[in-house]
Amino acid sequence: MRGCRGSPSSYMRTLLVAWCLFASSAFALDRAAVEKLAFGESDEKIEAIGALAAEGDPKAADLLQAVSDGEVQTAGKRVLIVRGESAVDALTGEKVAPLPPEREEVVANNRLRGAIAGALAALKLLSADPHERLAAAKQLSGGANPAMLPLVRKALEKETDPGIKPLLEMVAAAMELKGEGKETRLAAIRTLGRSGNPNAKTLLLEAAADADEDIRLEAQKSLRAVEGRLVWGEWLGLAFAGVSLGSILLLAALGLAITYGLMGVINMAHGELIMVGAYTTYVVQNAFRAYAPGAFDWYLVCAVPAAFVVSGAVGMALERSVIRWLYGRPLETLLATWGISLILIQGVRTIFGAQNVGVENPAFMSGGVQVLANVVLPWSRIVIVCFAAGVVAAMWLMLTRTRLGLFVRGVTQNRAMASCVGVPTARVDTWAFGLGSGIAGLAGCALSQIGNVGPELGQGYIVDSFMVVVFGGVGQLAGTVYAALTLGFANKLLESWSGAVIAKIAVLVFIIVFIQRRPQGLFALKGRAVET
Amino acid sequence: MKRRPFLKALTLSAAISGLGLGSSDLYAQAKTVKVGVLHSLSGTMAISETVLKDVVLMAVEEINAKGGVMGAKIEPVVVDPASNWPLFAEKARQLLTQDKVAVVFGCWTSVSRKSVLPVFEELNGLLFYPVQYEGEEISKNVFYTGAAPNQQAIPAVEYLMSKEGGGAKRWVLLGTDYVYPRTTNKILRAFLKSKGVAEKDIDEKYTPFGHADYQTIVADIKKFSAGGKTAVVSTINGDSNVPFYKELGNQGLKATDVPVVAFSVGEEELRGVDTKPLVGHLAAWNYFMSLKNPENDAWKKKWAAYTKAKKLSYAGRPLTNDPMEAAYIGVYMWKQAVEKAKSFDVDKVRVATYGQTFKAPSGITSKMDEKNHHLHKAVFIGEVKADGQFNVVWRTKGPVKAQPWSPFIAGNDKKKDEPALMAVKK
Repeated sequence: MRGCRGSPSSYMRTLLVAWCLFASSAFALDRAAVEKLAFGESDEKIEAIGALAAEGDPKAADLLQAVSDGEVQTAGKRVLIVRGESAVDALTGEKVAPLPPEREEVVANNRLRGAIAGALAALKLLSADPHERLAAAKQLSGGANPAMLPLVRKALEKETDPGIKPLLEMVAAAMELKGEGKETRLAAIRTLGRSGNPNAKTLLLEAAADADEDIRLEAQKSLRAVEGRLVWGEWLGLAFAGVSLGSILLLAALGLAITYGLMGVINMAHGELIMVGAYTTYVVQNAFRAYAPGAFDWYLVCAVPAAFVVSGAVGMALERSVIRWLYGRPLETLLATWGISLILIQGVRTIFGAQNVGVENPAFMSGGVQVLANVVLPWSRIVIVCFAAGVVAAMWLMLTRTRLGLFVRGVTQNRAMASCVGVPTARVDTWAFGLGSGIAGLAGCALSQIGNVGPELGQGYIVDSFMVVVFGGVGQLAGTVYAALTLGFANKLLESWSGAVIAKIAVLVFIIVFIQRRPQGLFALKGRAVET
Repeated sequence: MKRRPFLKALTLSAAISGLGLGSSDLYAQAKTVKVGVLHSLSGTMAISETVLKDVVLMAVEEINAKGGVMGAKIEPVVVDPASNWPLFAEKARQLLTQDKVAVVFGCWTSVSRKSVLPVFEELNGLLFYPVQYEGEEISKNVFYTGAAPNQQAIPAVEYLMSKEGGGAKRWVLLGTDYVYPRTTNKILRAFLKSKGVAEKDIDEKYTPFGHADYQTIVADIKKFSAGGKTAVVSTINGDSNVPFYKELGNQGLKATDVPVVAFSVGEEELRGVDTKPLVGHLAAWNYFMSLKNPENDAWKKKWAAYTKAKKLSYAGRPLTNDPMEAAYIGVYMWKQAVEKAKSFDVDKVRVATYGQTFKAPSGITSKMDEKNHHLHKAVFIGEVKADGQFNVVWRTKGPVKAQPWSPFIAGNDKKKDEPALMAVKK
């Protein structure tokens, strides 16, 4: 696909232009096509894209890409590719300097961009690089211009890669289905029936309403097969959404599981500790952007411990200054912590402003991984699920394998006895509260990657967190994990049936009924600890 | 109960003093005139509304620099209703009764407008409302400088139906759960049906305010789109747009496959979003920052200078958008009307506002309709570019008159296109 295959007349014209401009480049783009592309109506533009792509010239591909990126401008009769401050004449390849002052942009809308993407992909089908071919085949499987069928067939003959060939067969089948000849169409329908791509469903749905009965029946058969495969993807997607929401609820509730579950402090400022963690992430991000832009992608490595430490410190300060004077007085604790939450919100508002701040994902956390044709799992969510699992594991180790964990469990079960055997209960309280708050900070760090970061961030999670802890059974770490995942799944399942608003209501109703039937939650504490 | 007599005396004295001020010409020649600015500066709507407060203040400063209104300096009274709808009504009452403002510029969501409306009607205040909305309302106390459905929603859907827009056959109507999206979608549903779209090809979905998890919704859109060329009409409001667009990008739903047209997403809302995966998604507005005309260039320059001078947080990247333009027009319309009426009296200013024109940054001369309290506006449809700006791909030939009573809602054909009834009710 190289070389200058322009017609003799266009070749002459180009030579003439080149001679006029004293240029030496051997450009052979069809002037008529370029002008149509720049000045024509939409339909003419689409036609010109086809014509330019058929030339197969890399310069044509470059021009098409530039149109798609909005880099093509016209000045009078000239067509320019403008990149930054420098411009090149699209026809001659001449550098144009200085830039003409009066320029019009060539606007490419979705329709044009789709056509260009298809044309460029078709060109790349014959590329030597298998990655490029794969990308091109994927692009074309999203629907392509049937006029490219000969090209696809040619590529299909040459293709040997087992990953690309079936994709190309689908692409060819999709084009043949719209073509003539009953036998080819029937064959195409059978090929499409082996696909798991949602586009195949779209095409088969059309064919299932065909005038010809044989085609109709065959299409319906294939359609059922495709739908069967798509259903798997849908369930997988739903399951992942449930796990993802569950992991977020879990992160938000884990800290509370310690402060409320183990220590019995009704901490209404828990949401604000999450918010403090999110803002810490924001500050670390800004510091990286300012001082180490090269390492920006790794700012989370610093942000995670920073969020833990800052939120933990805020939590410990709270415990020392306010909460410790109120142990055993739940109502006062509730009011005092609620007041603290308002102070924290207003404080953050004063420092950072009332508007949301932008926390950018590191590059490796944007985009997603395609598992099935209709399932893409976003990286950011995968990372958060793993992160939540890591935090749970770390916390479990901490509580069961360390001295602090032993003390915390001891104080939780019987404060007086623990004190008698020499456990410094007051200090343990402070550390435990700090730990719970620090985990809230980690939750904030994770939440900043998928949602908005604003002063009211915590308000949205406080109710959910208490719900998870109470549902799971107060004082139970395992209960919190199960409860978060159950609520995540239930929410997502209901959402796909009845919409987000009803789902939220239904989950709340479910919890009310559940707590009435089983006030101790999913997992109840057994033994003497319950009575005290 | 003991307080009653005291309260009575208080209201009486307030009424007398109000009367004295209002009726005498002294009031007009007073040194300052107060105007209220009622926009959420915190909460879920702060993302959109904060900038409107600033643009109103800029317009006020400009007017003051040129000598004010009828020789009176404008003194803005800024309050923060914090995205809390009942608080909007409370703050509006405070502005009208305590601060005695001559006019209020404010509100974004329809639910906030609906909650202040009774206050403005009861106290005969004047509100300039700068945001596109669902229609179904004409109050003699409100001037609507944003778009009615026929100036935004209907043209956008028509465009997506056309060959140029991709020829969509199936529709997902996705919105935040409150009055504006519900009503707009009711109108759009009726409109789509009138164009022959079947019931099964329309999917209506709502999420609560501040919703942050759009996984299932995006997955559902994907599933729905397998049934034919699909377009999404988004009336999501506030900061939920950020997670929604993030999810769209992450799940790889491209605009060439399923275009999303939004009615509440402009340059400002896209500020915090990585726009590269969103290229090609659409928005319908009556103004875009990327419009090229002398008024817009001048306006953008003024805004950039203002943000810098005031050290506003967006000074690094000053953006303008449609509701800002509408808010700006509102301030000037009021100023011109006051000068025409030669009074700050609400009833006189209202009559003087009819037929006022203003050379708007959108490049047209915007005119306040003689009867229906709505602006005549041009409609633009833009596609998101990689830099967060919009590429205008379609525009109306000229200004379009608003239809606050959409013909696609049953019974509206009998309603009058002017607020006459309420004027009598007073």
